[in-house]
Amino acid sequence: MSELPKARVATTSLAGCFGCHMAILDMDERLIDLMSHVEIDRSPLTDIKRFTRRCDIGIIEGGCCNEENVHVLQDFRKNCDVLIGIGQCAIMGGLPAMRNAIMHSDEPLRECLEEAYITGRNIRNKTHNVPNDPALPLLLDQVYPCSQVVKMDVQIPGCAPEGDLIYDTLAKLLAGRFRGFEPDRVRFD
Amino acid sequence: MSAAAPVDLGEVAAISARYGDDAGRMLDILRDTQEAFRWISPEAMGLIAERTGLSRVAVDGVASFYAFLSRHPKGRITIRLCDDIVDRFAGLEAVTRTFEEELGIRVGETSADGAVSLETTPCIGLCDQAPAAMINDVVVTRLDAKRVREIVHGLKAGLSPEDLISERFADLSPYERATHMVDNNIRHAGQVLLGPVPEDAGLKAALDLRPGQIIDTLEASGLRGCGGAGFPTGRKWRFAAEAQGDRRFVMCNADEGEPGTFKDRVLLTERPDLVIEGMTIAARAVGAAEGIIYLRGEYAYLQPLIEETLARRRADGRLGKAILGVEGFDFDIRLQMGAGAYICGEEGAMISSCEGLPGEPKTRPPYPVTHGYLGCPTIVDNVETLCHAARILDKGSAWFHAIGEAGSHGTKLFSVSGDCLNPGVYELPYGLKLSELLEMVGGEGAAAVLVGGPSGTMVARDTFDRRLTFDDLATGGAVVVFGPERNILEIVEYYISFFVHESCGYCTPCRVGNVFLQRAIAKFRAGLANPEDIDYLRDLSSTIIETSRCGLGMTSPNPILSTLENFPLVYSAMVKPSGDGLRATFDIQSAIDDARKLAHRRSHIFDRDFTQ
Repeated sequence: MSELPKARVATTSLAGCFGCHMAILDMDERLIDLMSHVEIDRSPLTDIKRFTRRCDIGIIEGGCCNEENVHVLQDFRKNCDVLIGIGQCAIMGGLPAMRNAIMHSDEPLRECLEEAYITGRNIRNKTHNVPNDPALPLLLDQVYPCSQVVKMDVQIPGCAPEGDLIYDTLAKLLAGRFRGFEPDRVRFD
Repeated sequence: MSAAAPVDLGEVAAISARYGDDAGRMLDILRDTQEAFRWISPEAMGLIAERTGLSRVAVDGVASFYAFLSRHPKGRITIRLCDDIVDRFAGLEAVTRTFEEELGIRVGETSADGAVSLETTPCIGLCDQAPAAMINDVVVTRLDAKRVREIVHGLKAGLSPEDLISERFADLSPYERATHMVDNNIRHAGQVLLGPVPEDAGLKAALDLRPGQIIDTLEASGLRGCGGAGFPTGRKWRFAAEAQGDRRFVMCNADEGEPGTFKDRVLLTERPDLVIEGMTIAARAVGAAEGIIYLRGEYAYLQPLIEETLARRRADGRLGKAILGVEGFDFDIRLQMGAGAYICGEEGAMISSCEGLPGEPKTRPPYPVTHGYLGCPTIVDNVETLCHAARILDKGSAWFHAIGEAGSHGTKLFSVSGDCLNPGVYELPYGLKLSELLEMVGGEGAAAVLVGGPSGTMVARDTFDRRLTFDDLATGGAVVVFGPERNILEIVEYYISFFVHESCGYCTPCRVGNVFLQRAIAKFRAGLANPEDIDYLRDLSSTIIETSRCGLGMTSPNPILSTLENFPLVYSAMVKPSGDGLRATFDIQSAIDDARKLAHRRSHIFDRDFTQ
């Protein structure tokens, strides 16, 4: 494998907590081995903000809660051959998707923002306003899992996924041997 | 909003007292309250809770479960349009529009003077004379714009719903009332049920036998349940007879809710005595002293007829103490009215409903034959099954066994509707080919036939030689014919929406999964589906089937699975791969629209043109 050109990998965190990026580090010393086969392009790890060229693998943490998430995800889809969602937020929306449960309201988004910034019990917001800086991306009407916005090729479950599972998946993908997960590896605890 | 009738709590108390303040009769108490005041007010619920010793929330739980009970004031007259797919194809849209125009309200609204509410309801068992509607408990059929105008003008002129049927409605017998409202449409009478039936011959024969011999006769006849599941009736009775219990019950499942099924309606109209005779024989066989007929709320127009039959049989000693002079054989039946919940056709849910609970299925096992109504051994049999049982006792098991074919003995009532010349009820022996039935009903031009209702099988033209038996096309009786001009995916979407509406909500896979199926099918219809969405339909369907605890969830994906199997081209014609991997179903403009309005600004990313 060492004669082959290095695989190019990009990563991003959308509506996530960076826990899944931390979980990537959980592969410990195997990371060194992996890095001999991989070059990291656009990623918070390298602080590269735009794709320098097309990538083999894109790793997505988090779902889509605002327009910027959608924009980034679509950009990853256009620039990566294989798109991997890691963690429950990417796969199902995760914790941020709790706001999708505000259903019996004519204006769920307003209700959510007002509780978060104005009316909630432990709020200390002296402005009594919902933040609305022009630089803030617009929120979506609800939190979407990545697979509803673009086609996802592989989804690694867990919150966060185990480092072993991430390593196995990447190693198999790089070797062209990935055939899905063993059922006993897909569990929630 | 509307002028609600003032709720007289004294009368609510009287209603509750009439049922002995028994929490087990909650459905009756709430039905009567609904009828008296056209809604169940919070005060009424509070009083009922107090008198029956339940919590207010428990009463609310029952009241909110059933479609015919309302926690908001309803009009003095409630018009419920039957919103079945057959009615839609028969012109429901024009009927609905005319009702809305003439009444000046939309579906789901009540007129400002509190006179009329307009609603839709799933299949009310009148597919052979669609479009149909209920006006309070009165049923009107074969509606068109002209008839709707007549109805509305009549109601506005102060006529009661009954007056719309006949000027001398009050003088008619219950049987005449039923047949004035609804045609039986018996197209083919077979030798078992719809041909000549001597009165109580089966019961008299049964009284000459020991209970064990009655069950032996049934087992030898090969009779299987006619509600859809096809469990051997004799075995069910034997289990109940052998189970431990102080009290035993016989229940007749007349909650005929499977869309497209209306055979029990005809039996209850034409053969009410035979149904009760069958129940009485069952009571003798298993040693039951009490019986319940659970009649769906949509068939309330049959209530007087059944009550009259029960009263007549009590009067001449065929119900009550010492039936037909046999000392120690006591059996009586009460009529339990449902209140608009499809799920109550599931036996566990039906038992819950009779116990005054929300109509939620019970966990199985234990089965009702050992732990049924009030925890006692209970047999729940379909109307048609009980009628067959009575005939078998009269004519003998060999006679019945010889009709039909191995594994599927006797005759079956098929309720045929949809795109055919002669919709109605056909009593035919098992084993007929579907094509033969279609020829008989004048539906040779069919492109698809739904056998067994939405939880059954959608059969395509190339397999019309399949046979109507338990081993091939099992059915509770529904046969819905669809012509070549019908859109298969529209039909599938309708039936999935039906299950979404009727799921009791207990199991998440059924409550949520069916909504996902509904959305997925909408995606196919809109032409936005990708090839992998077909796998998604299959995966999700099998999850729902495997993880739901009652028959509703175990069969609700069938409209999709059976059309995927038999009409694969319909699906593959609607999918297209997305070249760029972006989902066509995700619409960023609608997703950010709420935020755009709240923030009073446009998107820097997706609204490029700031000059507008």
